[in-house]
Amino acid sequence: MNTEAKKQIWSSYQKEIADNNYYYARSCIRQNFFPASEVTFLRILREELNKNIFDDPNHTTCTGIGYHSDIVPFDTIQTVVARHFALMTEAGLENVAISCVTSFGMYTEILDLWHHFPEQLEKIREYLYKATKREFNIPKNIAHTSDIIYKFRNEIAEKAKHKLINVQTGEPLNVVEHIGCHYAKMFPTKGVGGAEFPQVLSGMIESWGGNVVDYPERRHCCGFGFRNYLVQANRGYSVSNTKKKLESMKPYKPDFIVANCPGCAMFMDKWQYTLAEMEGVTYDEFGYGIPVLTYEEMAGLVLGYNPWDLGLQMHQVQCEPLLDKLGIKYDPKAKYLDKNGNQMPLPEKPSCLKV
Amino acid sequence: MIDVLIIGGGIAGIETACSLQDLGYETVIVEKERTIGGHLNNWDTLFPTHRPASEVLEYYTEETRKRALTIYLNTYVTSIIKLDDGTFEVNTSRDVIFHSKTVVIASGYSLFNAERKEEYGYKIYDNVLTSADLEKKLKTLNGEFKTPTDKVPEKIAFIHCVGSRDEKSGNHYCSKLCCVTAVKQAIHMKQICPQADIFCCYMDLRMYGPGFEEMYREAQEKYHIQFIRGRLSEVGENADGTLQLKVEDTLAARPSKIKVDMLVLMVGMESPQSTALFKETCGLQCAPNRFIQPNDHHIGSNKTNIDGLFTAGTSIGPMSIFDTINHAKASAITIKNYLSRN
Repeated sequence: MNTEAKKQIWSSYQKEIADNNYYYARSCIRQNFFPASEVTFLRILREELNKNIFDDPNHTTCTGIGYHSDIVPFDTIQTVVARHFALMTEAGLENVAISCVTSFGMYTEILDLWHHFPEQLEKIREYLYKATKREFNIPKNIAHTSDIIYKFRNEIAEKAKHKLINVQTGEPLNVVEHIGCHYAKMFPTKGVGGAEFPQVLSGMIESWGGNVVDYPERRHCCGFGFRNYLVQANRGYSVSNTKKKLESMKPYKPDFIVANCPGCAMFMDKWQYTLAEMEGVTYDEFGYGIPVLTYEEMAGLVLGYNPWDLGLQMHQVQCEPLLDKLGIKYDPKAKYLDKNGNQMPLPEKPSCLKV
Repeated sequence: MIDVLIIGGGIAGIETACSLQDLGYETVIVEKERTIGGHLNNWDTLFPTHRPASEVLEYYTEETRKRALTIYLNTYVTSIIKLDDGTFEVNTSRDVIFHSKTVVIASGYSLFNAERKEEYGYKIYDNVLTSADLEKKLKTLNGEFKTPTDKVPEKIAFIHCVGSRDEKSGNHYCSKLCCVTAVKQAIHMKQICPQADIFCCYMDLRMYGPGFEEMYREAQEKYHIQFIRGRLSEVGENADGTLQLKVEDTLAARPSKIKVDMLVLMVGMESPQSTALFKETCGLQCAPNRFIQPNDHHIGSNKTNIDGLFTAGTSIGPMSIFDTINHAKASAITIKNYLSRN
């Protein structure tokens, strides 16, 4: 396999990403699934990259999950997003940094709709004004937060405390990357490389010393698929899709998976537990499963942040074997301490996956 | 002042020169490669008879020798300029400037660069070949056929319409010949690898020429080649070097996955870069598919928008060898009429 040819083609698909001064659009589900990822993103931008980013307490959910579940009407979500743009305008900002790929997809879809149907934009302006007396400007630049980390990947590499290299063997770690469909497939030109040439995560991995795994089901769905999970009767379909991906990547012995979508990271992580319980299978050599990280967590490890500050203890597949490969020191006793140093309740151990 | 300058020493250029020489005109051929014959040099056998391509090549080599045609090899044209007196000045890479009463563009076609379809894995995965690569491999075959990773293939797939009828590639047109070439190559592979299962993934099978449909039927009935109507979405490589194809079977209305040892991409035909150069230097009119626009599709397919500038063969669009030869003969007659009038 000549991966250089692939890298070359992928690198020719780029997008414009604002350089500074972002309005931060947080994610509702990320704050639950990976509670430290967003705070890590803010830390990297502010402390490592000296960027200006406004984390607005008035920002709310975009209601995207409700919209994709047929609960929230389209006019409603447009008005909610319009309110976010109004908050950005009031903050004197023009660039939005969006944490969740579903929000990213929603913002992009709504802006595209308004572009093609200006009367709809006027209607939403009126709705928002009637509801809140707020007005808004259309953002100049829409970036997913993975776009921003990707843009500054070389600056992060310069500050790296750890490379994505196995310290025991000196070999690059094998990393599976997975791009969210709402990031790449709805409006392919709005993400870095769309669904076909998505350099956004592979660019980070390569800049930080890792080896990107190219495996047959690389572009296959993570298994979330909203309805496949949200409708309980469909969940077998969700699990089977994740299983297909995991089986396909297993022969390449990935050291970890990184995703830029909350759903992808969540399901590729949690379904490993489910599959282990159902079938007694794990997808690594030693029975621990394959750790799944967010790109902020990966960046945080590279920058030498404390793994427990990154929230890695909240994942289903435990990260200690990966930390050992990276040569990262950690205090096992501090794993389940809260921020005040108090012991939190310990999670139950799965019957099959090793922890 | 020569009568006819012919750009391209492939089958079209040679046939045009031979026909014009027989009619008493002085011709000069300019060929960019170091040998005549064009793409035919790389082909093993020809459809629909499986005749060795070398036979046709030898025929034209002999015809060239008999007529002692003047050919400038390793020479490419840098510009065509029409002068006020209606004649042409043709500049070349060799500091040779030709003055000619007429010019024939017989510069042929380029093969679609399959690397542009990254999802098909050409030049990424070892066992992905193009139809042209396979012909070269067959032409030089000595002993048992093996895949690029040195395995006797048990499963082979052919993918039709690579870079043809494909909006994403910017090629909306049909390359016409890939369907029948795939059938020919599939039969050939079955003949030399009888143990192999062979699949052809197609959009439509455009068996337009004499003997083509019969060959397609033979491929199914005698050689048991499996034709799947559907597009390939992407190729992945398994850890053992085999390839995983994701194909939509549009007749069964479901996606399917096929594991193969070797994949052959049926690359289409594109207008060569030289046509764009001629367009720029002499105002030659091109069609939306970037091939040369014939002055009249029905009754003047050898003429261009420029008086005295003619075409022969695939410079106006995809053509088989026999269509190319006929088009070249027609070009000679059209030029004779033009020179007689002027």
